[in-house]
Amino acid sequence: MFSSRSNKSIELIDGFFNGVDQSLLIFKEGVKNYLHQNTASFANNLQELAKLEAESDLIRRKIEETLYTQSLMPQLRGDIWRLLEELDNLIDLSKKNLFQFDVENPLIPEELVLDFIKLTQLSLSAAEAVIPAAKSYFNQPAAVSEKIHRVYFYEKETDVFADVVRRKIFKEMPALGLSEKFHLRYFTLHIETISDTAEKVADLLTIMAIKRIV
Amino acid sequence: MIFLFLASGLFLGWSLGANDAGNVFGTAVGTGMIKFRKAAIVAGLFVILGATLQGAGATRTLSQLGSVNALGGAFTVALCAATVVAWMTYKNLPVSTSQAIVGAIIGWCFFTTSPVDYTTLVVIMTSWLTGPVLGAVFAALLYLLMRTYIRKSRVHVIKLDGRIRVGLLVAGAFGAYSLGANNIANVMGVFVNASNYTVQIGNLIIPSEQVLFFAGGLAIAAGILTYSKRVMLTLGKGVLELTPETALVVVLSQALVLFLFSSSALSAFVVRMGLPPIPLVPVSSTQVIVGSLIGIGMVKGVQEIRFKLLGSIFGGWLLTPFFAGGLTFISLYVISNVFEIPVMSRQQAVNAPQDLPVHFHFPAYPMVLWLFLALLVVALFAGGWYFRTAGQGVRSRYPLGQWDGNNGYRPLSGEFLGAEGIPGKAIIKPEPGLSDTNRNAVVKHALHLSDERRFLESMRDSLEQAQREPELQKKNERIQGMLTALHQKMNDSAEIRRFYMELETAIGPLPSKLTAAGSHLTVQEKKLALLLRLGLSSKDIAPLLGISHKSVDIARYRLRKKLDLRKEDNLIQYINTV
Repeated sequence: MFSSRSNKSIELIDGFFNGVDQSLLIFKEGVKNYLHQNTASFANNLQELAKLEAESDLIRRKIEETLYTQSLMPQLRGDIWRLLEELDNLIDLSKKNLFQFDVENPLIPEELVLDFIKLTQLSLSAAEAVIPAAKSYFNQPAAVSEKIHRVYFYEKETDVFADVVRRKIFKEMPALGLSEKFHLRYFTLHIETISDTAEKVADLLTIMAIKRIV
Repeated sequence: MIFLFLASGLFLGWSLGANDAGNVFGTAVGTGMIKFRKAAIVAGLFVILGATLQGAGATRTLSQLGSVNALGGAFTVALCAATVVAWMTYKNLPVSTSQAIVGAIIGWCFFTTSPVDYTTLVVIMTSWLTGPVLGAVFAALLYLLMRTYIRKSRVHVIKLDGRIRVGLLVAGAFGAYSLGANNIANVMGVFVNASNYTVQIGNLIIPSEQVLFFAGGLAIAAGILTYSKRVMLTLGKGVLELTPETALVVVLSQALVLFLFSSSALSAFVVRMGLPPIPLVPVSSTQVIVGSLIGIGMVKGVQEIRFKLLGSIFGGWLLTPFFAGGLTFISLYVISNVFEIPVMSRQQAVNAPQDLPVHFHFPAYPMVLWLFLALLVVALFAGGWYFRTAGQGVRSRYPLGQWDGNNGYRPLSGEFLGAEGIPGKAIIKPEPGLSDTNRNAVVKHALHLSDERRFLESMRDSLEQAQREPELQKKNERIQGMLTALHQKMNDSAEIRRFYMELETAIGPLPSKLTAAGSHLTVQEKKLALLLRLGLSSKDIAPLLGISHKSVDIARYRLRKKLDLRKEDNLIQYINTV
């Protein structure tokens, strides 16, 4: 009985991780579609992401409820609860950012398209690297530190590249109006927040892993 | 009548159950891994089983030490041991029932001039050392095994949680069985030779020893069921920092050691193997746990075991037999002479001299008695010193599970291990007494100091460079740079703001009456009022407000005017009293 209950909880946690991973992929596709002006695909990405976010919220709540109602891992559940919340933030941010593209419809000049794609890829690489690290916390905590360094690397790279893009926007594109420059700057910041959140998760995971290592 | 005499032993059993069950199930219950009801039922059941089935070995050894053969004597011995345990736990001093009972038996032997089996005494005292050492060895080995298993199996944390729950329950049951088997000697050992109360059920005659063990087991179980919940819950919170995996190792190693020192079958098996027999003696479960925690700490690479604290704990344990012995000696005098209750039986005293005193008269070999009394006096002095010095330290940091007069149970934790011991708050937490708020304040202060020092060092370096600069213009430039830096530092508004915020937190905001009365006070004047509330002089206030000494006096004068103070009114008094 206990085994079936624990298997169910493990399935839920794995399902949640898959949801986070999927949302990051959809966000990446969404940004690309926006930049390449594939409007229909972009709208589809928006819908998928919204649906995924709602589903992930449900799964997260179910996991948290199971952790507390079945008194699972009384010492670790607080940490795990925080980890799930932070990972859920990644989905929320992806959704929020993609919707901002839709609502604010920023004007992205042709010469910045590749830069924005690269920035998105870097930022999402940090977030994607956090998922295997989070998974290994559950069955191989000693391996977390080996996986976490990629998150820090990509986060730093994202910061550097975002600065490069912003510099380019403000210094090399006199044709753009100040408001447009500001607008573009905000979008670089929006994309950066995903890697920043991933870094937060990585910090949390580092501490959690130390606590778990026997 | 026998039940009246047994009461002291049963009380000892009850307190042992209330206290020591925490060592077995404390972590599991306190952390919510196992419910208290389940833990108490399992512990109670297995304690009775252990006591009844396997309690004879350790009890026999205690009987060899000194054969307490009258119920009055047994009652006094058990009562004195229980009193010393209760008193020392109340004082938050490390104590063990095993040491107390041994001391009390020796006290009885000295009083009645019965022979003490020193070979047995040496065996018992050796076990006090070997118990924790074995605990450390078992814990280290089990910990290594557990670590290898967890790392290699890569089992999911949820599944691991389930397995550890089962493990804690099984280990707890084993621990309770071993506790009953080993520690029943402490509770009922002194009554075995004094009682011949048998029970007959049909054709089945239950011998006196088994009846006593069963009664003692019931008393321990009663202690577990009635009073150990609080102990377990508090203990669990204290050991929360011990991971469940580590707790499992600790409980298992403790159970193994207790089992080893109480299993006649195992001892016989060892003898058959051609090895010396395992001494069957009662050992303290708490001491074994301390040993186990050290063992784990060693494996994990402890850098700094607090040997001083450990020393004080062991010191406390060594004092226990002296206290118990002394109290028993005095109590036996009172019991035999005031209440005229026989404390020793003539008939059974085979080894004793013919003219053995049932009631007290000066013993046959006074030298030994004087030696004993001298030791007692030394112990009392040492105890007094201990209370005044080490006792205070132990009181605040004592890591073992003991009763605390004011706060109930003081939990067992790995506190005496260094910062790299068992991970968690118990190891790395600041000294008790330093609250989080105070700690934050100290940390802030330390950071501020370090900031200041860095600034001063940079100033010193710049000055040295300016001194070495041959060109006048460059020298002036450097000095100008330093002046600018100094000005910036002095006008660092963030720093000043932080200071005033801290000041307000420390002494509270200005009283509403004052702010209402002086609602037209400027910011500078409000700051001045705050600093005056702190009791600073104008000279001290001047640099904090960034004005001269004289300006502070003028500001004070203006403040007085705004607050409508008369000439005879004292400004500081007014600010402090409104």
